[in-house]
Amino acid sequence: MECVFGLVGNGFAIVAADTSAVHSILLHKNNEDKIMVLDSHKLVAASGEPGDRVQFTEYVQKNVSLYKFRNGIPLTTAAAANFTRGELATALRKNPYSVNILMAGYDNESGASLYYIDYIATLHKVDKGAFGYGSYFSLSTMDRHYRSDMTVEEAIELVDQCILEIRSRLVVAPPNFVIKIVDKDGARDYAWRQTVQDVTTAAV
Amino acid sequence: MSIFEYNGSAVVAMVGKNCFAIASDRRLGVQLQTIATDFKRISKIHDRVFIGLSGLATDVQTLYQRLVFRHKLYQLREERDMKPETFASLVSAILYEKRFGPYLCQPVIAGLGDDDKPFICTMDSIGAKELAKDFVVSGTASESLYGACEAMYKPDMEAEELFETISQALLSSVDRDCLSGWGGHVYVVTPTEVKERILKGRMD
Repeated sequence: MECVFGLVGNGFAIVAADTSAVHSILLHKNNEDKIMVLDSHKLVAASGEPGDRVQFTEYVQKNVSLYKFRNGIPLTTAAAANFTRGELATALRKNPYSVNILMAGYDNESGASLYYIDYIATLHKVDKGAFGYGSYFSLSTMDRHYRSDMTVEEAIELVDQCILEIRSRLVVAPPNFVIKIVDKDGARDYAWRQTVQDVTTAAV
Repeated sequence: MSIFEYNGSAVVAMVGKNCFAIASDRRLGVQLQTIATDFKRISKIHDRVFIGLSGLATDVQTLYQRLVFRHKLYQLREERDMKPETFASLVSAILYEKRFGPYLCQPVIAGLGDDDKPFICTMDSIGAKELAKDFVVSGTASESLYGACEAMYKPDMEAEELFETISQALLSSVDRDCLSGWGGHVYVVTPTEVKERILKGRMD
């Protein structure tokens, strides 16, 4: 089951997502990147139906870029989150998207922020958030250890604790996770946490 | 579980002597899981009219945006603020427009009319208005709220006593409802000022 979670620290926000692409009982691939880099200082970690997830996040990404080209300045994280919520809300009673989103971003004026956007377009700014079965473990772990002024190292320790909790207590725990960070220097990959790697065979 | 009980909410409004109070809980949940403990359910339309929306959080946010938009248009055209009775009729009309695919919210509207006379009303999700002279309630904790308000309310209370009464009624009612709580948000509005206070109750 898809696990996505994230938290805000001192001048940065971190999101982590599992990397399994699952179809019924079959694991198609275990290195599917579910955290999209929306623009230079925004990350979107999405979970839900695979088709909707990719389509919707790409749609948001293209519209955010369009705004930047038209107006010469990028959207703030709050504006991008509200745009995303608006699209989900409009589609909700016509052709709903089954995508849950955690949007993390950094703005020079307001610092790092994290937005929880549900598949039925509930928007809320949070310090820590999570989706999926993994949320039952990661949210409680974060509730216990989280502080608003954490450093990157402390936050990664907490993320690893959450991943360990998910791996040890969730019956269908995903083997691999990707962690991405966004701060004043931009949005980028931080690390992968892999227990199962793709097997490559020698060329015949 | 009913869709009205998906996020959990409690909203109450009471009439005092030339003043009114409107209060809500602060929990945002997804069924049994608590997502946030600082969700805003009460919004200011203008200095003398407030609306508290209970029910599905996504519709709370969508409806609030639509109502603020309509009120801003009204202000531009009429060059004045809406009276609370007028605003209540507007909300009722907007809700009935979606009669066969409604917004899943129950609003509580409170305002100071002409001559500083307090006005409160509530309506169901399709806009059936219920005016009251004393108090109105809505949300998952509404039954407990009816009991608590009936017992604690007396007419013509001053602002401070009204604040105490509505706070006690709210906290004791949400303590009996697992889907609402995590503190309270109380606005006490007199002709001269608006006092916003956060309550700390049982945080569970």
